Amino acid sequence: MTTAALAQASNAAIYAAMITLTFAMVAFAVSFAAGRRRATAVAASVGTGEGEGSVAVLTRPSDSPEQQEAGRRSANIAMSLTWLSFVLLLAGVVMRGIWAGRVPWGNMYEFSISAALATLAVFLFLSLRTDVRWLGLFIVIPVLLTLGMAVTVLYTEAAQLVPALKSYWLVIHVSAAVICSGAFTIAAAAAGLGLLKGGLERRALKRTGSSDGVLARVPSVERLEAFTNRVVAFSFPLWTFAVVAGAIWAENAWGRYWGWDPKETWAFITWVIFAAYLHARSTAGWRGSKASWIVIIGWLAFLINYFGVNFFVNSLHSYAGVS
Amino acid sequence: MSTDEEPTEQAPAPLPPLGGLGFARWAWRQLTSMKTALILLFLLAIASIPGSILPQQGNDPLKVKEWIAGSPEVGRVLKSLGFFDVFAAPWFAAVYLLLFISLIGCVIPRARQHWRAMLAPPPAAPRNLDRLGGTVTLDVTAGPAEVLADAADYLRRHRWRVVSGPSGTADGAQWVAAEKGYLRETGNLVFHVALLLILASVAVGGLFGWKGNVIVKEGGGFANTVTQYDAWGGGRLVDPDSLTPFSFSLDSFEVDFEREGSQRGAPKYFEARVTYRDEPGSAEQRAVIEVNAPLEVDRAKVFLVGHGYAPSFVVKDSSGKVVFKDAVVFLPQDGNFTSTGVVKVPDADPQLGLRGLFLPTASVDKIRGGESVFPAPDDPAMFLSAWTGDLGLDTGMPQSVYRLDSESMTQIGLATLRPGQVWDWPDGSGSVMFTGFDRWASFQIAYDPGKEAALIASILAIAGLMLSLFVRRRRIWVKVLAPSGAATVVQVAGLTRSSSLDDIDLGALTDDIDALVREISRAEATAKEHT
Repeated sequence: MTTAALAQASNAAIYAAMITLTFAMVAFAVSFAAGRRRATAVAASVGTGEGEGSVAVLTRPSDSPEQQEAGRRSANIAMSLTWLSFVLLLAGVVMRGIWAGRVPWGNMYEFSISAALATLAVFLFLSLRTDVRWLGLFIVIPVLLTLGMAVTVLYTEAAQLVPALKSYWLVIHVSAAVICSGAFTIAAAAAGLGLLKGGLERRALKRTGSSDGVLARVPSVERLEAFTNRVVAFSFPLWTFAVVAGAIWAENAWGRYWGWDPKETWAFITWVIFAAYLHARSTAGWRGSKASWIVIIGWLAFLINYFGVNFFVNSLHSYAGVS
Repeated sequence: MSTDEEPTEQAPAPLPPLGGLGFARWAWRQLTSMKTALILLFLLAIASIPGSILPQQGNDPLKVKEWIAGSPEVGRVLKSLGFFDVFAAPWFAAVYLLLFISLIGCVIPRARQHWRAMLAPPPAAPRNLDRLGGTVTLDVTAGPAEVLADAADYLRRHRWRVVSGPSGTADGAQWVAAEKGYLRETGNLVFHVALLLILASVAVGGLFGWKGNVIVKEGGGFANTVTQYDAWGGGRLVDPDSLTPFSFSLDSFEVDFEREGSQRGAPKYFEARVTYRDEPGSAEQRAVIEVNAPLEVDRAKVFLVGHGYAPSFVVKDSSGKVVFKDAVVFLPQDGNFTSTGVVKVPDADPQLGLRGLFLPTASVDKIRGGESVFPAPDDPAMFLSAWTGDLGLDTGMPQSVYRLDSESMTQIGLATLRPGQVWDWPDGSGSVMFTGFDRWASFQIAYDPGKEAALIASILAIAGLMLSLFVRRRRIWVKVLAPSGAATVVQVAGLTRSSSLDDIDLGALTDDIDALVREISRAEATAKEHT
């Protein structure tokens, strides 16, 4: 394949992935709406019941078969579309790498499409082990936003790596960081969903005495928190590894393993915030929603490190390739 | 400090008791509590932020000066508070030192506790196993002793710590108790101790390490003594007079730039070819230093950090005598290596100074003047302004070699030269020839005796972290209930000490229990075949 054809194929695969992901987003949204319809239907039947409202609150009403079927079917379609998007995106990233003749991690466009790929990969990996279809909508949206930004604002022609990036540490350090970007995004999505669900439940309980709503299909707040904890427990050692690998590389390239360059500083801040999260999980009065907020703050620190430091701060790590 | 502690009591902290010892004990308990550690972690994160927003003395002293010049009043306040050197500021040190003290205060008692837990046998089976999640009850025909021996054997083979007995239970039933996952707490402790080691390694590097920068022209040499550095800094316990005595010379410097595409002008590679000796008199060795590929000499590392042009000049006086003949380091001002430099000729009479602007690929713009449009020397040109008078070298004040103090000098002319061209001064007092150019490379040379220890500690930290997050501390009990008829009724149940709502955690325990139940049933089946 000629290079021009490869470039076109890579871009086409990424656009195709965005299209299938959009359909996946719609299907995830439909399965959510099915959950909502069910909730309203139950609420209506409770209203017509005679003095049994309080009982309906305690026992979780079961779905009617058709509604259950509709929601499940669209969630399954969404998962299939997500798998398809993953394959397309993988093809796009790989072809980008072949086109450039190196690992596809030379500038922010390439970091972004790789981060999108990693987020889908972590999500799909989790989906093999436990049911995470409820999380799909909240994963597909940030992935689509990242891809949208990549192809519009960040797009760069493939070029040679600048000498500072020519090292096998690029593969080790960046791959760990890219996977962490996916895992942190998923942890933050689950934490945010837990906060939202907790808030809605408290409000709904006050107003109507019923706790079912839009997020009825989402697992309980406690399970969301356990899920978040599990994902952070996976990504925190990996992030530690990414930082240490970066330090080894920095020692080799710049003559010091740690120099408080803005990128290093924000990597450290992100690390400290997630360390605080793990401590909060075992501190009285800090479990639950406060811990969830820490995850979201940690994710924001990660984003600041990625976007903020590349665009607004003069850092040794400014490889955006965007002029 | 770890993730599987049950939340401690919710009660408000008691007031500090009066009296010296009581207060000290209270303060220590406060400092080493998890809540304090949490707050200190947040403080550490927040305290780091200004270090990434404001320019820092250690990374970019010039930017710090500019910032303070830009807003002197705020700048002075921030400077006195250490905001331009955050990571050396006392308040930053206070946060991390308190955090580490809190850590030590937490690790020591927990290490003792963990030691005792590892020596202690798993606790006896609780009276009512039904209360635990995932309890399995099964009937077997084998006798109680046989079933329990099989179960204990199986658990031991799978590296559970096992005890058995009727002791400790009120109903006198026979049981086997097993526990696994002690490595979780071990890993947790290793992780925290490793963090202390990293801090110690950083301190060793700071006290015994040194770092310097030097610019070497092609054909030039460098010997590792403090006086030869352009900038040098060492730890408090470094003897500047006894640095490792290696030396090297820069034979040539190669660089190539991207000529096509969006990254036109970006460097494709640089390499510095050097000849070095470990110490005076030892054999010469050759090496190529590249970005990402430093040269290691006697535990010090030589890194290539920058490069530029060193135009060469021959200056003659009115009689045609050569008064200056050398290549001069010019500093690049932009990505296309528009470079500025100064030639000082103290041997001319009167003294002579030249200010130069070197353009590797010249383009002259009517408004902006001369600038370079590409970093490679495709079309080199030199803009010179010549000055005569007193260079001011005899005042005793140190002078920058990159700046010409023209206060007591008069300009004698301007000229644009191509390589090989000669410019005769208008007043006939001499001439300058721009003969061509060499390149120079700048090196950072660093010695950090703490870095190997820091690396080992980091690896320990990651290993400890993974153990503390992935190993699950869990218990299993097998209990024989009071026999009802011919069958032996066996109950198997377990307990995981981490968050019980975690699918994967619970799943792992369920798998353990199922495997054990299968083992008991299988033993039962083979026993039947035998009879």
